[in-house]
Amino acid sequence: MAFSSVEGLLAAARTTPLWQAVLEDDQRDRGVAREHSWAQMERLWKAMQAPLEDYDPARRSPSGLSGGEGARLDGTGPGLCPPFLRRIIAAALKTGECNACMRRIVAAPTAGASGVLPAVLIPLRERDALSDEVMIQALYVAAGFGQVIATRASIAGAEGGCQAEVGSASGMAAAALVHVMGGTGEQMAHACAMALSNTLGLVCDPVAGLVEVPCVKRNVMGAVNALSCAEMALSGAESAIPCDEVIDAMRAVGDALPAALRETGGGGLAATPTGRRIAEGM
Amino acid sequence: MNLFDIMGPIMVGPSSSHTAGAARIGRITRRLLGEPPVSAQLLLHGSFAATGAGHGTDRALVAGLLGMRPDDPRLPRSFELAEEAGMDLALGKTVLRGAHPNTVLLRVKGGSGREMEVVASSLGGGRVKVCSIDGLEASFTGDLPTLIIRNRDKPGMVAEVTGVLSRRQVNIAAMQLYRDMRGGLAVMVIESDQPICGAAAEELRACPGIVSVTYLDLEGEE
Repeated sequence: MAFSSVEGLLAAARTTPLWQAVLEDDQRDRGVAREHSWAQMERLWKAMQAPLEDYDPARRSPSGLSGGEGARLDGTGPGLCPPFLRRIIAAALKTGECNACMRRIVAAPTAGASGVLPAVLIPLRERDALSDEVMIQALYVAAGFGQVIATRASIAGAEGGCQAEVGSASGMAAAALVHVMGGTGEQMAHACAMALSNTLGLVCDPVAGLVEVPCVKRNVMGAVNALSCAEMALSGAESAIPCDEVIDAMRAVGDALPAALRETGGGGLAATPTGRRIAEGM
Repeated sequence: MNLFDIMGPIMVGPSSSHTAGAARIGRITRRLLGEPPVSAQLLLHGSFAATGAGHGTDRALVAGLLGMRPDDPRLPRSFELAEEAGMDLALGKTVLRGAHPNTVLLRVKGGSGREMEVVASSLGGGRVKVCSIDGLEASFTGDLPTLIIRNRDKPGMVAEVTGVLSRRQVNIAAMQLYRDMRGGLAVMVIESDQPICGAAAEELRACPGIVSVTYLDLEGEE
């Protein structure tokens, strides 16, 4: 059965690497062979890379609100961010734009947050010439933490706001990054807890109800947040509140959010004069 | 939720609930009809009606009716492809009492003249639920092989059906029973761990008291 607590996940990971505990749990849960599960995750990893490989800056979403901005982050830029960070920003934007343009993406955990995991994993793989194997392991780690979040809280913006989508993706990505860098299960849990803590209360307020503004750019925030929380955890910084309790808080906060801030397009940026004007123009 | 409900699916954007889920609902409906639809009326409810066009919900539903999966890159062009295939389309909005915000009512007709009405909801992350078929309540996701059996509401029908499945070594994962009234028409929805072969479905169809047998296996060949 799916893990319902990070504590349970860490307990299962005492005797075996955490990613493997998640894989074995998937085998039991669905009654599938190890190779079957692995091949499925491998397909997701390949599919995550496609939006960056065939990115076309001329493409626009049906609404005209999204497209082309990811390419602005190619090249050296103004020099504020180091090149690696700039590539992460570009990757998040490009994947988010591909999603808005009705291209093929991987929901991770949702389509609206599909840019976060590829944005941190793909530039890191390229920079450090890492194997696909370790990246696929990292996806198991991300999915394992995601499963706990989905069980105890939510991964749907309509239920829990954007904290449940980009927030969840950010927590999952933070844990995945710790794995890639060789960190411990406890560090993964701290990284996830810190990333979720930083996005607690984030509302889902899509302009005109579309997964475009502010969703595409929130993916950038989710990716950069994951990176900094993984960096903190790997350096020994800890979340004062245990990961499971942060997830429970996320649920309580989601329950307390008014409907206008849960994917109805009725509050936040969607309710601004410009947001309303855009919606009326559709 | 299993691990690949969290990670994945691979899908055409922009929304797992409004696009991928909608495509899945369309495909389930085609499979339930048992043949390619030649005409379809799609009535969107709630958030599907409010933001469906911008999310491609309408195009995704039609793509599913054409047999496409949620990751089919042709999905955005489904209206054109439906026209080429000669599928008659009517799109509209409706209000369904007490329905999930992401719900659609589909009325489809096959080349054989067979008609069907399906109400289904998209629950998030691409997962869906069929809520009713031809006005009779049902509740299944299409994740597992699913039998939808209509029968006269009389003693022994469940034993009859489960007997057939037991002899074929089919393990039942979930089972639901509904009826319109005592002694009237009943519906059995059976989700199984193993696919159900054509011969078993035929055996069920031959049972006295069984009115119809519909089988859904999204993983199987069409």
